[in-house]
Amino acid sequence: MSSHAWILLGVFLAVLLPTAKPLGIHIANVMEGRCRFAGRFEAALYRVCGIRPAEEMSWLRYASALLLFNLFGVLSVYAVQRLQAELPLNPLALPDVRPDTAFNTAISFATNTNWQAYGGESTLSHLSQMLALCVQNFLSAATGIVVAIALIRGFARQRATTLGNAWVDLTRIILYVLLPLAFVEAIFLNSQGVVQNFVGQHEVTTLQGSRSGRPLDLGQTAEATPNTPPDAAATPAAGTSAQRLAMGPLATQEAIKLLGSNGGGFMQANSAHPYANPTPLTNFVQMLSIFLIPAALCLTFGRMVGDLRQGWTLLAAMGLIFVILAIAAMHFEAQANPLLTRLGVDPVGGNMEGKELRFGIADSALFATISTLAACGAVNAMHDSFTPLGGMILLIDMQLGEVVFGGVGSGLYGMLLFAILAVFVAGLMIGRTPEYLGKKIEAREMWLSSIAVVLTPLLVLGGTAIAVLLAAGRAGIGNPGAHGFSEILYAFTSAANNNGSAFAGLSANTPFYNLTLAAVMLFGRCGVIGPVLAIAGSLAAKQRLAAGAGTLPTQGPLFVALLSATVLLVGLLNYVPALALGPLAEHLLLRAAE
Amino acid sequence: MPRQTFALFDPVLAVPAIASAFRKLNPARQWRNPVMLVVYLGSLLTTVLAWRAWGAESEPPAGFIVAIAIWLWFTVLFANFAEALAEGRSKAQAASLRAVHKETWAKKLHEARHGGAVSRVLASDLRQGDVVLVEAQETIPADGEVIEGIASVDESAITGESAPVIRESGGDFSAVTGGTRVLSDWIVVRVSVDPGETFVDRMIAMVESGKRQKTPNEVALNILLVALTVVFLGVVVTLLPFSLFSVAAAGSGTPVSLTVLVALLVCLIPTTIAGLLSAIGVAGMSRMLQAKVIATSGRAVEAAGDVDVLLMDKTGTITLGNRQAAAFLAADGVREDELADAAQLASLADETPEGRSIVVLAKQRFQLRRRDMQALDARLLRFSAHTRMSGVDLGDRQVRKGAADAIRQHVDRLGGNFPQSVARQVDEVARRGSTPLVVADGRRVLGVVELKDIIKGGIRERFAQLRRMGIKTVMVTGDNRVTAAAIAAEAGVDDFLPEATPEAKLALIRQYQAEGHLVAMTGDGVNDAPALAQADVAVAMNSGTQAAKEAGNMVDLDSNPTKLIEVVETGKQMLMTRGALTTFSLANDIAKYFAIVPAALVTTYPQLAALNVMRLSSPASAILSAVIFNAVIIICLIPLALQGVAYRPLGAAQMLRRNLAIYGLGGVVVPFIGIKLIDLVLTLCGLT
Repeated sequence: MSSHAWILLGVFLAVLLPTAKPLGIHIANVMEGRCRFAGRFEAALYRVCGIRPAEEMSWLRYASALLLFNLFGVLSVYAVQRLQAELPLNPLALPDVRPDTAFNTAISFATNTNWQAYGGESTLSHLSQMLALCVQNFLSAATGIVVAIALIRGFARQRATTLGNAWVDLTRIILYVLLPLAFVEAIFLNSQGVVQNFVGQHEVTTLQGSRSGRPLDLGQTAEATPNTPPDAAATPAAGTSAQRLAMGPLATQEAIKLLGSNGGGFMQANSAHPYANPTPLTNFVQMLSIFLIPAALCLTFGRMVGDLRQGWTLLAAMGLIFVILAIAAMHFEAQANPLLTRLGVDPVGGNMEGKELRFGIADSALFATISTLAACGAVNAMHDSFTPLGGMILLIDMQLGEVVFGGVGSGLYGMLLFAILAVFVAGLMIGRTPEYLGKKIEAREMWLSSIAVVLTPLLVLGGTAIAVLLAAGRAGIGNPGAHGFSEILYAFTSAANNNGSAFAGLSANTPFYNLTLAAVMLFGRCGVIGPVLAIAGSLAAKQRLAAGAGTLPTQGPLFVALLSATVLLVGLLNYVPALALGPLAEHLLLRAAE
Repeated sequence: MPRQTFALFDPVLAVPAIASAFRKLNPARQWRNPVMLVVYLGSLLTTVLAWRAWGAESEPPAGFIVAIAIWLWFTVLFANFAEALAEGRSKAQAASLRAVHKETWAKKLHEARHGGAVSRVLASDLRQGDVVLVEAQETIPADGEVIEGIASVDESAITGESAPVIRESGGDFSAVTGGTRVLSDWIVVRVSVDPGETFVDRMIAMVESGKRQKTPNEVALNILLVALTVVFLGVVVTLLPFSLFSVAAAGSGTPVSLTVLVALLVCLIPTTIAGLLSAIGVAGMSRMLQAKVIATSGRAVEAAGDVDVLLMDKTGTITLGNRQAAAFLAADGVREDELADAAQLASLADETPEGRSIVVLAKQRFQLRRRDMQALDARLLRFSAHTRMSGVDLGDRQVRKGAADAIRQHVDRLGGNFPQSVARQVDEVARRGSTPLVVADGRRVLGVVELKDIIKGGIRERFAQLRRMGIKTVMVTGDNRVTAAAIAAEAGVDDFLPEATPEAKLALIRQYQAEGHLVAMTGDGVNDAPALAQADVAVAMNSGTQAAKEAGNMVDLDSNPTKLIEVVETGKQMLMTRGALTTFSLANDIAKYFAIVPAALVTTYPQLAALNVMRLSSPASAILSAVIFNAVIIICLIPLALQGVAYRPLGAAQMLRRNLAIYGLGGVVVPFIGIKLIDLVLTLCGLT
């Protein structure tokens, strides 16, 4: 690992951790109704929508409200895509999206996965991007956060039957947290060169184009060429001096894409595209904004349960695993491909295949680690081109269950499920009925958290098994052998964990993958949120037991170690055989070829 | 009563346990334990596979399948054996308990009056309405009502009040409680409840029957184990398509065989803890029995581990049951040895512990020996509830000791007067929390004997230990605040409840519970019943009343209130053993993966042999070694399951660190060594 990589990681943590606390406390204030700078607007909103803000909901009503809310989201995203040809703001006159793709995209954006079976600039009109996707980026992020808040209230309250009002929570988190942050970030990104306009395509004459008659083969054009829309490609600019660059309202969508751990890019090349992520500085800010809210929510948790140390402990456990995996990813990407080395390529450069020159190894590997850990799924390099072990780290990042920082809200509630499991086994080991934050962990909580923790691996493994068994599944594979297996495993891992990043090699825009992956995304989201809210309801009703010398301390280094070990052990044990047949086998084959 | 113990694998218990292990192969019984059911089904499946492969050329070879099938059956049998052994020990324990169980005798009156014909019957044979005679130094056999006579009764075991109380027929003071002791005089009691040992008998019978309900934590743990089993089932089932795909993609090797998949599944699912889970539960109850505590349910034993507030009666738990003489405080113009001499004389007839302690103190302080009563021509006056004095007449010399007001009356009657200085001393002693006894020789008041509560030896250390475990101790006493505070400070309890009434006890428990504490208490009186019912863990003394026993969830046959500490420890041990074995079981999976995954997939990708970090000799030997380790570890851990993880009174963090190091890290390391050793043995024997 280069010194640049170490410094980058150090600076990243040094900026992230201090910013997490004030934001975390701000979110706590917002959710507890203490921070309402647009109170009159908020009140007017409730009046118009007929919401009684003082009315609290039981866990079941809370869950139903969220389900209804997101169901409406799915339907609206689907409808906009299917009708986009007739709707305005479609400068390229793109046709309606195919039903299976539209369905997959609707589920994908409503579940905060942002798996993209389509190429953004060549499939969706500006209106679809803004009205359907960008809006969902806010709403699905808000959904994740309020579920986490409801679970926190489950720990914080006692002998309570309600968890809060879902409509109020959603409104407040969007109004006072997501919108202001996204606004500031969009302005910043715009200032750094992220485009924001309603132009369809911009035609440019390349420097060499006029002489050679061939398009310039630089990174940005390499991205732009396959992304030109089908009808534009029919009258190709290639072979002439002109090149068509896709344009659109990027800055607004990029900001919430990262802040809300959505990850669905405006362009197919996502954050690798120069219009989406032009400089190393924007790259750094993008990485930061992916982890910002997940890190802050840990402290929101600490604040709301009345012990900030509990929040720092969760954050420390996440940070510990993150640092280990980030170092691993950067290390493996710094290794050169032995096959290329044999051909005489200097191995010092590391594995630059599929990476942007303006970012290099460390910034790409760190971005990839952050994006896969945080259920974001934005990419600034092609994950398919990572070294086998580097790619395995990205798989592991997601297979841990997206609890290390994780998606906004979903990372925290996922981590709290692991904390419940860790506390259960450790609690028994000190001879007491396990309790977390004074709440006894009993059969009901174990049932629910077991369902939530077990479901995702079963979806990943089951989905992958079906795909490799069926011809329709095998048809999508871009590379033969172990790597092809990794591509399918990656797709289902990404979908079930609501990450959304892709091993680009897999051709997933087929009815088979669109439908199976949509199902996996849906179950992966609802199958966790349901049990989490049920746990919240059950915990809220319990009495909070007093802590004493005999109580398992759930703050401090010991618990950090215990929690990280639990996450790594439970997360990894399920995937060892699959990883052995995919990236590990590929790595060993590659080394044998050396 | 010596505690009967058995060697772990005592043949008396082990042989029937082996037979029982085979009987438990009945599918109906396996159904109760889902994890072991999976092993059971896996054994059946591999047996069928072995049957089909036998004698034919097959891949994998028939010999390998047979070996796997045999060891899978052993895994099931070992788990059955563990459970059977625990049950056997528990039954043996209960049987021995029943045999030595102490019975109280009662004097049953055939007519409901003093002086009628008496027959000796067992207390357990008494029924409601029977009439019994209870004389000095006898234990009242059952709850009832005094219908004739008056007596001083030591109710300290129930009320915590050391001073004896007067019980007489009629009026408010006619109710007596089973288990309390008559100190002087006699009473005729009509039994008001169906008493006896039926309750305890019922408890022992329950333990013997082996019908054990799963405890709440056991249920929760079972859910976790089932969840792990389900997810590992998913891992193993999907491995087959993965392997088929990989074989096709790599164009080499054979898909993973069904036998290997079953072996992998059994190794991954938490068989170690699942196989021993039931044995741990039975052993916990059985350890309670060994301590002569009968728990009405495993739930109660488990709850004991959670307790963080202990309510204890002062008397019998913190202090010795009775007060003892601590000082002679002579009146003005009286020498101390003169007072001691008179006090000793007055106490010679007093067989109560207090009386004996005065004799002993006088001997210690002034070398005053017991004198020959005959030579002194003494006439002894026993303590009676009428006079509330005891003493001796030596000729016309009347030496008396008793409560201050009783002596005052006595002296007044003789025409003497009660000196102011003595009255002051009486007040002062009372203020210190001690009991003053005034001694008079004729009409001359000699001074005061101070009777003090004596703190039991070692109790302070016990409380310090409890504090380290995170348990708060609260002393409950009928004494006034001053006395209680003095004793609480001396004993080192964290808090105390003086002048405890049943209502006050109940309120205190509720208050602690509202603050989020789990409360344990001991009790034996009728008036304890509401508090016992409210407490999360309630240990009733066997000497106590039926009501107390019904309200409690444990009965201590020894009636030793300090047992509560042991009960808490046993409860904790039971949970710790489960937690430790779960951690161990999960941590084992790492090594098993390293053994089985390269072995299973190496034909497809020969390079995966690099994962064979243990350098096991062959794929077949690797898989077989993992399966054998998985079975043998159950047998190796039976002693731990039955005896429980060693308990030390440490804080939670320290204990967790310790157990994580032993069972977590140990669980990671041990199977690497174990599997390698088994592989070496298999290779040496040429079995693979």
